[in-house]
Amino acid sequence: MSTTHTPTLPAAAAPGRGIAAWWQAAPFTLVFALFFLIPLALIVMVSFWDFNEYELLPGFTFKNYFSIFEGCGDTSEGLCVTLKTYYSTLKFSFLVWLITLVVGFTVAYFLAFHVRSSGMQTLLFVLCTIPFWTSNVIRMISWVPLLGRNGLVNQTLIGMNLIETPIEWLLFSDFSVVLAFVHLYTMFMIVPIFNSMMRIDRSLIEAASDSGASGWQTLWNVIVPLSRTGIIIGSIFVITIVMGDFVTIGVMGGQQIASIGKIIQVQTSYLQFPLAAANAVILLAVVLMIIWGLTRLVDIRKEL
Amino acid sequence: MKAHIRESRPASFWLLAIVFALFVLFMYGPMFVIFILSFQGPEGGLTFPMRGVSLHWFYKLAEGLGVVDIGAALWRSLGLGVAVMLCTVVLSVLAGLAFRKRLAGGNTLFFIVVASLIMPSIIVSLGIGLEFRLIDNSIKAVLEWLGMESALEGYGTSLGLFTSALGAHLTWTLPFGLLIMFAVFNRFNPAYEEAARDLGATPWQGFAHVVLPLIAPSVVGIGMFGFTLSWDEIARTSQAIGDVNTLPLELQGLTSTVTTPSIYALGTLTTVVSFVVMGITLALVWALGRGRKGRSG
Repeated sequence: MSTTHTPTLPAAAAPGRGIAAWWQAAPFTLVFALFFLIPLALIVMVSFWDFNEYELLPGFTFKNYFSIFEGCGDTSEGLCVTLKTYYSTLKFSFLVWLITLVVGFTVAYFLAFHVRSSGMQTLLFVLCTIPFWTSNVIRMISWVPLLGRNGLVNQTLIGMNLIETPIEWLLFSDFSVVLAFVHLYTMFMIVPIFNSMMRIDRSLIEAASDSGASGWQTLWNVIVPLSRTGIIIGSIFVITIVMGDFVTIGVMGGQQIASIGKIIQVQTSYLQFPLAAANAVILLAVVLMIIWGLTRLVDIRKEL
Repeated sequence: MKAHIRESRPASFWLLAIVFALFVLFMYGPMFVIFILSFQGPEGGLTFPMRGVSLHWFYKLAEGLGVVDIGAALWRSLGLGVAVMLCTVVLSVLAGLAFRKRLAGGNTLFFIVVASLIMPSIIVSLGIGLEFRLIDNSIKAVLEWLGMESALEGYGTSLGLFTSALGAHLTWTLPFGLLIMFAVFNRFNPAYEEAARDLGATPWQGFAHVVLPLIAPSVVGIGMFGFTLSWDEIARTSQAIGDVNTLPLELQGLTSTVTTPSIYALGTLTTVVSFVVMGITLALVWALGRGRKGRSG
């Protein structure tokens, strides 16, 4: 993840080496064909199938898509379930994106521009990434003793006489879901942004300050635009993860908060594959639109 | 650079340093809390205060939590993790070598790999689960058509730890492996390889005696990524595994049913495994680096 450069291919390759290269890449390619491309194609295909309680019925019908959006045309009684769920999931995505971006950018900025020795830089960077290699569920439930009804936060607040009864919304709520997302995925912002920042030519910063730019002006007009690639990559990671999530929202929401991923998971467990597949196709379309929008956002700003 | 160190730090440095320290506390604090609480005394509960210090909840864990056989799940996860690690290392290194040469369709392959990395996991998982169920249906149909009644009755499912779950994990670990290989080969000096070729080394000798020793620390790193990512994977495994569960899946299920510190003990246990793997990796990388210096010096 530290680099997204397509490798430069050596200009001159001996004849026959192209074939050797393909043999070397073949097992790798086969894995993605078998476990990524074919499954995706099957999802699209099965989303048009019919089903009953016992089996899948091959065919071509829009029934699954219609049933997902059933009642969505009539907004007099509020949003339909599907739109409500998308609204809720998009809200989480936006909040988590905003917070991880601000926190991740700040941490990366500190590491890249304020820590001066490269040994210390590496050490602190590794310190930030170690939690990534530990279990997500453990990191989620580690909030329980802190945020629970009798948790440390409530105990402390009551002890300080700031509140009389424990705060209920700390755990199994929208708050705890966002908190857990930020806790789990800020790393996905830090790494690409830090990588972009380390590539910034330090003489540009000096040039800016020599030209009389204030610290904020340098940050906003030099560092932020030059960290753009990292910001976009980090944003894509965080948003796609939150959009498809069902584990974090499930555990931290006390299995009470709906999400698109959760709908797909439940439908799969009831073996309603065509419905789950149709939901997956819609989710994929939404995620792709967001990614497309993000990359467009960059291009437009570059042209202005 | 020396002159810079003497400069006094601006106020913004201290502000950012405080933010950074708070961030590290935010990352590690909760983890230490459950680490401490897993040693809760037998009378203690899920939150503070600690009522004594004991290994009680680890013993409880060893006895099993409800219907869940933790030991079996642990071994399954370890086995799968090792398989994923080996596949990730071998396939990523091979693909990394291929990308150094002229690889027709290399850009398309790279695009697919990145797509796999950012694809919502539930979609990948659903697709693989669907694929293997359709395979099951086809096999059953063929068996029926052949009239092999006994085989048909004995047939369970093709979904499993080392079929669908292994594939699901690889769609997640291989992109990391390939990106690390890119980072390695972008900084790799081909002069050593050319020297080996000029001295008459075969391509295999050049790889085994020159390239591999040079990239060995990164290859160990890829192995660590492979194991730890697999060890904690939930989202991609969830729909792509048959009747058995991996440890993190069991753990996820237990979060809503277990109300004793045993679950913290389990958390401590899996975290310790992750840290042991990271420790082994660091030690190996260090040893490899030392070995290389020793030979060249």
